[in-house]
Amino acid sequence: MRGRLLTGGYLLLFFAYLFGPLVIMIGTAFNSAGFPRLSPWECFTTNWFGRLLADDRLLTGLGNSLLIGLGVVIVSTPIGLAAALMLSQVGAKLRATLYTIFIAPILVPGVVIGLSTLIFWDRVGGALDAGYDTLFYDGFFLTILGQVTFISAYSMLVFLSRLQRFDPTLTEAALDMGATPTQAFVKILLPFVAPAIGSAAVLAFLASMENYNTTVFTVVSESTFTTVLASKVRYGIDPSISAIAVIIVGLTLMAALTYEAAQQRTALAGRIAGNPVLRRLMHPAPVGLLLVVLAGVAVWGGSRVDSSACEAQVLEEKRALQEQYRTAPTPSSPAPDTPAAPRDGGAAPASPFSPGNLAPGGDGGEAPSPAAPASPFAPGNLAPGGGEESEAPASPFAPGNLAPGSD
Amino acid sequence: MTKEVGLSHVTVEFGDYTAVDDAHLTIAGGEFFSFLGPSGCGKTTILRCISGFQEPSYGKLLIGGRDMRGIGPNKRPTALIFQNLALFPLMSVAENIAFPLEVRGVGKKERRRRADELLELIALPGQGDKRVDALSGGQKQRVAIARALAVEPDILLLDEPLSALDLKLRQHMRTELRAIQKQVGLTFIYITHDQGEALTMSDRVAVMSRGKIQQVADPATVYNAPATGFVASFVGENNMFEGRIAAPAGPDGTAEVDLGLGARVRVQAAPGLGAGEAVQVFVRPEALEPGGTAPNRLTARLEKVEFEGAMRHLLLRAADGTALRVSQVNTGGDAGPGPDAPVELGFAPAQAIALPPSELARAG
Ligand SMILES: Nc1ncnc2c1ncn2[C@@H]1O[C@H](COP(=O)(O)OP(=O)(O)OP(=O)(O)O)[C@@H](O)[C@H]1O
Ligand SMILES: [Mg+2]
Repeated sequence: MRGRLLTGGYLLLFFAYLFGPLVIMIGTAFNSAGFPRLSPWECFTTNWFGRLLADDRLLTGLGNSLLIGLGVVIVSTPIGLAAALMLSQVGAKLRATLYTIFIAPILVPGVVIGLSTLIFWDRVGGALDAGYDTLFYDGFFLTILGQVTFISAYSMLVFLSRLQRFDPTLTEAALDMGATPTQAFVKILLPFVAPAIGSAAVLAFLASMENYNTTVFTVVSESTFTTVLASKVRYGIDPSISAIAVIIVGLTLMAALTYEAAQQRTALAGRIAGNPVLRRLMHPAPVGLLLVVLAGVAVWGGSRVDSSACEAQVLEEKRALQEQYRTAPTPSSPAPDTPAAPRDGGAAPASPFSPGNLAPGGDGGEAPSPAAPASPFAPGNLAPGGGEESEAPASPFAPGNLAPGSD
Repeated sequence: MTKEVGLSHVTVEFGDYTAVDDAHLTIAGGEFFSFLGPSGCGKTTILRCISGFQEPSYGKLLIGGRDMRGIGPNKRPTALIFQNLALFPLMSVAENIAFPLEVRGVGKKERRRRADELLELIALPGQGDKRVDALSGGQKQRVAIARALAVEPDILLLDEPLSALDLKLRQHMRTELRAIQKQVGLTFIYITHDQGEALTMSDRVAVMSRGKIQQVADPATVYNAPATGFVASFVGENNMFEGRIAAPAGPDGTAEVDLGLGARVRVQAAPGLGAGEAVQVFVRPEALEPGGTAPNRLTARLEKVEFEGAMRHLLLRAADGTALRVSQVNTGGDAGPGPDAPVELGFAPAQAIALPPSELARAG
């Protein structure tokens, strides 16, 4: 009984650890607060998605990333396959050596690969007296090459694990039956590794999409999804980042469910073969279609959410609160009003470390909520009060007092 | 069309290890020829030489009189049935069988027709659309044979194709293979470590041990007149006695031998064996007869009687500890001698053979 409880508790913790951040991030995408946070909850909104779609820089970066991902897939898949084929063909001693060489790019830090790609092609370009508008200085070209160096090693690992299950006597049998080596490769080996080509391509694409370390050097003057995101984080984030997360999680879930449907179908092949309804139902196509329709409905529904009324009200409340502060005398003695005593009732006390407090209060409307009774140490007090007074009940120790107030 | 296969002093070395040592023999066109030997003796290696997956380190391989060096497996008139069958798992039965035609550019319709014909031949009509792994072991076997026949080879090479089957099916497939061979009239080169298989099916058998070919002869000769101690002990059951030549072989081909267990017997022996030379004497269990009038006599004590359906085996021990085995047809009636009884055994000189000692002969 107790063991069960412990296991359950452990599992709960484990999943909370795994998915907690994701869940919170998804939640923040629908909060109208100007910084990604759940509490205090202001208004349910889908505006951040609109904001995202209007972000040209991000969209350009995304487009570039897709292009680079495609290029990486096209180049690294055949290289990985060739390397895996070679490894499966040579003797044991040579194999160990070659394997180490092929795998080395994975072990080299991405930063090093990025830098060395950049420098190498710069030297080559320099030696050839090539101008800056040539391939040697092209962000796409360099990024694809840089990423391929280690992503093709990932592809190789995928192919290798598939090839290990290949029975080499099948190729011999094909040769013995009169097939040329090319025919044996195309008709016997290639169909066998075909499923791995799909997995290797997906893996390569995802690895390319999410790469930052190498890309940030090789991309030169272009931008990719990750480099745009990184610069966004540097210059201040808003919940449209969470909106990206929601979209990515959604797409991943859809792909995973469709794939799972396909898997289940092969696993249950015998049992559902005789049942036409089940057979259609279990087909990945309808499952995928259903998911796409669901996603479409969600997008349509989301686009109709109008949170402006609610937001206006929140803004109004903030104004009112501010007024109240402005008229009240500036508190000078710390003791009475320190941590807490929620002044205006109700709202959850923000944790002192709540990163939400870092939000640039610039435009007032999204400044730290008035409801948050800041603890004396709340970094939120650092927020530049911009156009309006910081609402934090300042304690003498509150660094908030340092904020450039506008009064 | 049948072609003869010639192995001319073929030696195959893997590093320091000699897998095939100076194999020299000719296999006639249309013959059913078997290589028989224990696991690891080099049978598969010889077959891989013939089919072109392995070049001999020394010596030549000739097919139809033509030197095969440098000619790839896809250009040789051979088809190999692999030890593990090597059916293509992603193809249907018919696609497997038609694969040799596909790679030769034969049209789809013609391929299907040939596949159906061959399915008929292997008694699997109408099963062409099945998946390969939906077949039973024996059916897979037959599909592998059909696929090899689709190549229209001059020589069919079979690498222990029946080893994975159960006894009943194996016996059935033996007759079937032999029938197919008669029907299509090809040269069959068959590999097995099962002597029953080799003896029942083959025109001739080559017995191998540790890469060396010990004897090439028809099954009866291999059984009745083994050339070496290894052949004598590997093919069939045999009683072995250590001994020494007392009088070398005369014109009738028999010599006198003093056995270690204290008897002097007259047995067949090669004329080259001189007086005083150490030999091993082999007597088949069915040649030893309790009582009787045969001139060679031994005494031993009965330890155990084993019944095996049609046969009955007496396990005895001679005075010096040598174990003996006597096989009799089980006539049902008499119970035979009781346990621990001393038994007199006799055997005819024609049914015993003295050979130079071989460490490969299994004692007992
Ligand atoms: N490619 C190779 N490299 C090194 N040694 C090999 C190679 N192929 C075979 N051998 C060795 O040669 C010997 C004979 O092998 P072979 O496969 O011919 O045996 P076999 O008679 O077919 O045995 P089995 O009945 O078990 O199939 C074995 O000791 C094996 O280890
Ligand atoms: Mg073998």
